[in-house]
Amino acid sequence: MYTKKKVVAMLLAGGQGSRLYALTKNVAKPAVPYGGKYRLIDFPLSNCTNSGIDTVGVLTQYQPLVLNEYIGNGQPWDLDKMNGGVHVLPPYESQAGASWYEGTANAIYQNMNFIRRYDPEYVVVLGGDHIYKMDYSKMVDFHIANEADCTISVIDVPLAEASRFGIMICDENNKVTDFVEKPKEPKSTLASMGIYVFSWKKLEKYLIENENDANAKREKGEAWSKDFGKDIITSMLRDNQRLFAYEFEGYWKDVGTLDSLWEANMDLLSPSLPLDLHDKSWRIYSRSSYVPPQYIGNNAKIENSMIAEGSVVDGSIDFSVLFAGVTVEEGAVVNYSIIMPGAVIKSGAVVEYAIIGSDSVIEGGAHIGRSPELVENKDDWGIAVVGHNVTVSGDKSVEPKQIIGENI
Amino acid sequence: MSVNYNVLGLIFASMHDTSVSEITEHRTMGSIPFGGRYRLIDFPLSNFVNSGISSVGVITKANYGSLLDHLGSGRDWDLARKNGGLCLLPPYSQNGGMYKGRLDALANIWSYVEHSKAQYVVLANCDVVTTIDLNPALIQHKKSEADITLIYGRGYYDDEKNKNTAILQLDEENIVNDVLLNPRMKGEFNQWLEMLIISKDLLKQIVFESVSKSTFSFTREVLQNKECGYKIMGYEHKEMFMRIDSKESYFAANKRLLDSDARKALFKPKMPVYTKVGDNAPVKYGLESSIKNSLIADGCIIEGTVENSILFRGVKVGKGTVIKDSVIMQGAVIGNNCKLSEIITDKNVEIRSDKILNGSETYPVYIKKNGRI
Repeated sequence: MYTKKKVVAMLLAGGQGSRLYALTKNVAKPAVPYGGKYRLIDFPLSNCTNSGIDTVGVLTQYQPLVLNEYIGNGQPWDLDKMNGGVHVLPPYESQAGASWYEGTANAIYQNMNFIRRYDPEYVVVLGGDHIYKMDYSKMVDFHIANEADCTISVIDVPLAEASRFGIMICDENNKVTDFVEKPKEPKSTLASMGIYVFSWKKLEKYLIENENDANAKREKGEAWSKDFGKDIITSMLRDNQRLFAYEFEGYWKDVGTLDSLWEANMDLLSPSLPLDLHDKSWRIYSRSSYVPPQYIGNNAKIENSMIAEGSVVDGSIDFSVLFAGVTVEEGAVVNYSIIMPGAVIKSGAVVEYAIIGSDSVIEGGAHIGRSPELVENKDDWGIAVVGHNVTVSGDKSVEPKQIIGENI
Repeated sequence: MSVNYNVLGLIFASMHDTSVSEITEHRTMGSIPFGGRYRLIDFPLSNFVNSGISSVGVITKANYGSLLDHLGSGRDWDLARKNGGLCLLPPYSQNGGMYKGRLDALANIWSYVEHSKAQYVVLANCDVVTTIDLNPALIQHKKSEADITLIYGRGYYDDEKNKNTAILQLDEENIVNDVLLNPRMKGEFNQWLEMLIISKDLLKQIVFESVSKSTFSFTREVLQNKECGYKIMGYEHKEMFMRIDSKESYFAANKRLLDSDARKALFKPKMPVYTKVGDNAPVKYGLESSIKNSLIADGCIIEGTVENSILFRGVKVGKGTVIKDSVIMQGAVIGNNCKLSEIITDKNVEIRSDKILNGSETYPVYIKKNGRI
């Protein structure tokens, strides 16, 4: 017996995050650390719980161990429920055979039975790799008020960047008239945030149609796909369904690349940032580690930084984000960098404009990254990255844009 | 650590409340905030859990609202269990009114102990802060066939400063010959750490005999009474311990955590100290912040100078403010250009801009909960 739910959320967390490379070798992208004590998936999960959505399916596929362990029974997000709660949904084998998720729409298609158990009116489809605070219940209300079949949340982006996104073209009532994926000449600046509200019966119909069409095409040897933007939204527009754009105002950051992950962390140090992690009315929850408060030593010099519990800092820190259990020894320098959980920066090491992965060790004398002012050709500059569990010995340096995945 | 169903843990959350009467005005000894993010009860609770003891009763007395809030279902200590787990035992006395001593308290909650399948009981208080694996003490207790094993540590005692201290006199075989309560002495002594091991059967016998005689004090009636003829053994805990028996010792114990050896002794990676999860953001340090030798919990926003201090969760320190040698509990909001030294602020204190407050090491200024200055 399952109680009926008005809204069920489906969180697409299968992404490999191949552009995050060294940081996603062994973890799925939604499990990538962010902001001192969070992982990317904390944002959609906390948004769900704060929006009153208590039933969430998390679709995993790539390197799920860390992510599964992290989500656990969902208790940190208050999603350990007798009715509903968070459920990790990996691909599975059925009588028809086993299959990996073949696209975002197919992932939901394969889990329609999970959704049907709760007999929802609406299904919210979310990604696991964006940083933002959003009240999904307001978006659902907007969807209901418009008698929509699908509502897509959009954000106004600069025209110059619009060709990187899926762009919505709307009439004066926010009704979507056209959708173009990464247009060369964008006709609008409303970018899809990859957040959808569907009326479940409609979504169910289109998921089944898309599945059958794509499979038929595959048998004929034609090109096929099973994706939300490309297939479901396009088909619904073709059939003149009611699609609406829900305009979001606030901080929204895609962290698809190492540079944008670094930027998103640096954003937290800006005094004018519209993303307040200290706001108690919309907390971002995360699974805590059982470590004592951070200790700042006698030789420390700390300015404009964010530091998480369990860290021991006796060096110099400026414009940086330090995660839980990081050690920065006396005489070590960390500027404009992100140091992930458990990493050790030894005395005499310099880390600038860099990302240091979890549990890595930077020996004294090593130099990671460089200030953009010291690089002649600006195209040569970028963030230096040391992956997880990597030791950089004292006589080595890691140059801008260089990515280190093994001990050097 | 696998689960040890044969041992029951009992914690006296209110024992010696009156020795820190200002801080316990609205709470029990067990719910006194300590070390930036903990409450005193986290230490005995975590010691039990890390020793595999997952059935724990917490005996409360008065003012236990904050304790209930802190402990909840016991989930944060992994004690929300079907078998055993955490059980809160509210005050009740068969004689009417509040219970009078450890024995009276035990008599009143005895049905809880009786229902436990455990053969041994470990009793602990909240006023001694230490991290201990109880398994070696349990092994010694069984091997030595002792009736009672008292866990003790060697440390400095001064009768003019210390309260609630039982000094043990031991022979070469660690048998306790005498227990002196607050004797007029100074120096290094073997001090009972308010933890003991006893079999459930013997404890039952002692508790019900004492009820029939209207005697209530475990220390006086059992430990100091040689006529009982019990074999009482000592077990030495060789690591650091800190007794909270006054506002000054509370202040000093917090500040002792600025010493890395003290932190290593208390916060062992394999024996984490569990506490209620706060869901606070990491600490944010502003453009002109300067921090030296301080312990700082999550959720703080610091724009001023902090030295030799302990800041609990969610403390805000304004620009130009200098805090030295102080203990600032959860949720304090301190304005700009204040100068504070040697003070203890209880929870949610507000200090408006431009204030100057100075205490002294031996007499810290204490500002009570929700105080406004």
